[in-house]
Amino acid sequence: MSEAQAPLHHRFHLNMGPQHPSTHGVLRVILEMDGEYVLNPQPVLGYGHRMQEKMAEARAWPGFYPNTARMDYAGALHYNHGYCALIERLAGIEVPPRAEYIRVITSELNRIASHLLWYGALLLDLGAFTPILYTFDDREQILDILEDITGSRLTYCYFRAGGVSRDIDDKFVERTRAFITRLRSRFPMLEKLVNGNVIFLKRVEGVGIIDKDMCQRYGATGPVARGAGVPYDVRRAEPYSVYPEFDFEIPVGENGDSLDRFLVRFKEMEQSLRIIEQALDRLPDGPVMAKVPKKLKLSPGDVSFAVEAARGELTYYLISDGTEVPYRMRIRVPSYSNLSVLPELCHGMLLSDLVAAMGSLDLVIPEIDR
Amino acid sequence: MSKKGYFTELYVGGKSLLVGLGVTFKACLQPIVTVQYPREKLDITPNYRGHIELRRDPESGECPCIVCGMCARACPSGCITVEGEKKEGEKGKTLTVFALDFTRCSLCGTCVETCPKGAIDFSQDYNIAGFTREEFHYDLIRRLEERG
Amino acid sequence: MMESLMPELIRMVVAAVLVVAFVFLNAMIMGYLERKLSAHIQRRPGLMEVGPHGILQLLIDGLKLIGKQLVIPEKSDHFLFRLAPVLSFAPVVLPFIVIPFSRKLVIRDLDVGLIFILAISSLNVLTILVAGWSSNNKYSLFGAVRSVAQNISYEIPMLLSLLAVVLMTGTFSLQGIVAAQGKIWFFLIQPIAFITYIIAGVAETNRAPFDLPEAESELTAGYHTEYSGMGFSLFMLAEYANMFIVCSIATTLFLGGWRGIPLPFGDYSGIIWFFLKVYGLMVFLVWIRWTYPRTRFDQLMNFCWKYLIPFALVNVLVTAVLVKVL
Ligand code: SF4
Ligand code: SF4
Repeated sequence: MSEAQAPLHHRFHLNMGPQHPSTHGVLRVILEMDGEYVLNPQPVLGYGHRMQEKMAEARAWPGFYPNTARMDYAGALHYNHGYCALIERLAGIEVPPRAEYIRVITSELNRIASHLLWYGALLLDLGAFTPILYTFDDREQILDILEDITGSRLTYCYFRAGGVSRDIDDKFVERTRAFITRLRSRFPMLEKLVNGNVIFLKRVEGVGIIDKDMCQRYGATGPVARGAGVPYDVRRAEPYSVYPEFDFEIPVGENGDSLDRFLVRFKEMEQSLRIIEQALDRLPDGPVMAKVPKKLKLSPGDVSFAVEAARGELTYYLISDGTEVPYRMRIRVPSYSNLSVLPELCHGMLLSDLVAAMGSLDLVIPEIDR
Repeated sequence: MSKKGYFTELYVGGKSLLVGLGVTFKACLQPIVTVQYPREKLDITPNYRGHIELRRDPESGECPCIVCGMCARACPSGCITVEGEKKEGEKGKTLTVFALDFTRCSLCGTCVETCPKGAIDFSQDYNIAGFTREEFHYDLIRRLEERG
Repeated sequence: MMESLMPELIRMVVAAVLVVAFVFLNAMIMGYLERKLSAHIQRRPGLMEVGPHGILQLLIDGLKLIGKQLVIPEKSDHFLFRLAPVLSFAPVVLPFIVIPFSRKLVIRDLDVGLIFILAISSLNVLTILVAGWSSNNKYSLFGAVRSVAQNISYEIPMLLSLLAVVLMTGTFSLQGIVAAQGKIWFFLIQPIAFITYIIAGVAETNRAPFDLPEAESELTAGYHTEYSGMGFSLFMLAEYANMFIVCSIATTLFLGGWRGIPLPFGDYSGIIWFFLKVYGLMVFLVWIRWTYPRTRFDQLMNFCWKYLIPFALVNVLVTAVLVKVL
């Protein structure tokens, strides 16, 4: 439906959020509607703004560790990773190999947990209540494993500049292996219940098409870009940590519709399992923490570091003036760019499709607001 | 839609729906996986990071804190207050105040890592609730004494 | 004159009281079954706290809802807003008049029983429209509009599927139809009509996967977004009673009504069989609801026009020809 077809007096505004069942968190979208057709969705941000970047500029750099976990609560370890790696790059700290392996294993576990959460939430948006409880069941296993090693269930503060705060033990390895087997055995069930379901397919097939050009214009990354057929993954494009040592694929979609984004994430879980398996097999011995001086002044200059978070490329950028306190900190979060496609993506869509398309973007609002 | 035939689509779709019903039926017969929280409780891992707690040295039975104040300075949220006084005839200071404002603690664990004497540790309390903020201003010395 | 009227009057009062009581009881049973079943499908125990296995939970919930304040939005149409929940009750109570619970237990076996039920239950959509409109809330209005379109379109395949049975039996009386199923139940002869009817029935009762009027991830709660307390619970009662009616029509027309293997309860075994079948069907609807995602609006309509109506139409034609020939 184009705007010419909808006379002005037929249009009205619908306020979706900040409290609405399908704007997970506190996103508000003002929809200009013509009947059930959405003409112009405008996201309104800032309901969860906490000045995370400013906080980083107001305290010595180790004080920012806990904040990193509070941005993307579903994939906190990637945020830990980015920040620690940034400081390491600036200070030239060499991380022991065992610590790098532990980082990769826990990050990938966290990625799976985040994807499982999204999987259930998308289905909830589409009106199926049951899958989220199945995926939560699996996700709970990851949280238990990570809790045992990091001490918390969601807002991890585990990585430190120079390594990780605690070594893993045999129990961790054993439990992780058991989890890999368990999750693999659960995939066929989910495939039967959801991936093949005709109602589900009809709801996501061809809905919300994002093409390569659009990804470039808006800077969309992660599964959104990969769904559009752009094989961009920071783990490959700009390898960090020990990722180059592992053999894994980057699943990409063809059409860039919601189904492709869905399948990309679904296949990514399997790839993450593969990475974890390889890492567990080759886990080296040694220390998990490099020698880092207690009081570390950041050398002047600027530095940036990008990691592949569960939702896309996450970049930390820091300017230092030579003190302990960063002069400027900037965080580029994936969800922000992924959300910015919404007005163009959802122009002329049905309200139900908007919910499906928004769900397939996998937005985490506290990360957008920071 | 037009790619597939009218009846094929009906058949494939219908079959996928029946398969879905099969999955939920099977799940219905499987055992329950949830824990009935207030009635049953799971054991929490010993590595759980609750709020911090002073600990005793297992040998001397005393709290090894030397009132250096490193933990208070390291805490990103500034929620630890440590005070001590110099007593006659003793080496170093004696701890008089160790207060934690748990409302601001982010459970990061920096304090525990910086303490040179290993005088603080994480507690295992996870279900704490209260009506006022003051209930979360803990006097850790008193809690240490209460634990005996 | 008065004397001959008296027993009839008493009968009517007793029947009315029983029916209303049953509507409440039905909502409690179904509410419990739904919550328990969904819980087990999701591998959790569900209601456990009030009474053994939580069977009294719905009683408590009912009391809580009665005790709650009915919040009326300031800008709503107050009169219609109050009227809608009450109005939603009438179309679900009246069809009980003709439903044959057993060989003897039926309030009135009208000759046009089936038409009576269909006519009355299509009023249901009116109350939803009134509720959605009077709330003066865009989400409610969306729900109401969707519901009108959906209910009216799905009435067609529903009627067509029932018509096939009526052609075979040559009567609209529900007892007559049950009597005609002495040898073989109609769902075996008329599988297409049966499936069409069940699908249309799910859509008529606004239940998942066709629960668009109350699609909570899109419309928060659809037409009853603004209702609280008793207003809300009347809608819930009506929804469950509506389910009961749809399932009892299916039972009567396709599953042999109160017929079944004789149980050692004499005439009462008919009632038992009837309720077993109806609740079996209702459990099936619950099972569907907790398995599938929701369809989209245009897909719902497409499905109706592309699949249900042609199938039902062909079915009616074939039935008519066969009835004539055989
Ligand atoms: S855990 Fe972190 S925030 Fe809490 S008291 Fe220790 S240093 Fe401060
Ligand atoms: S607890 Fe540890 S760091 Fe804190 S004052 Fe005592 S000795 Fe120093």
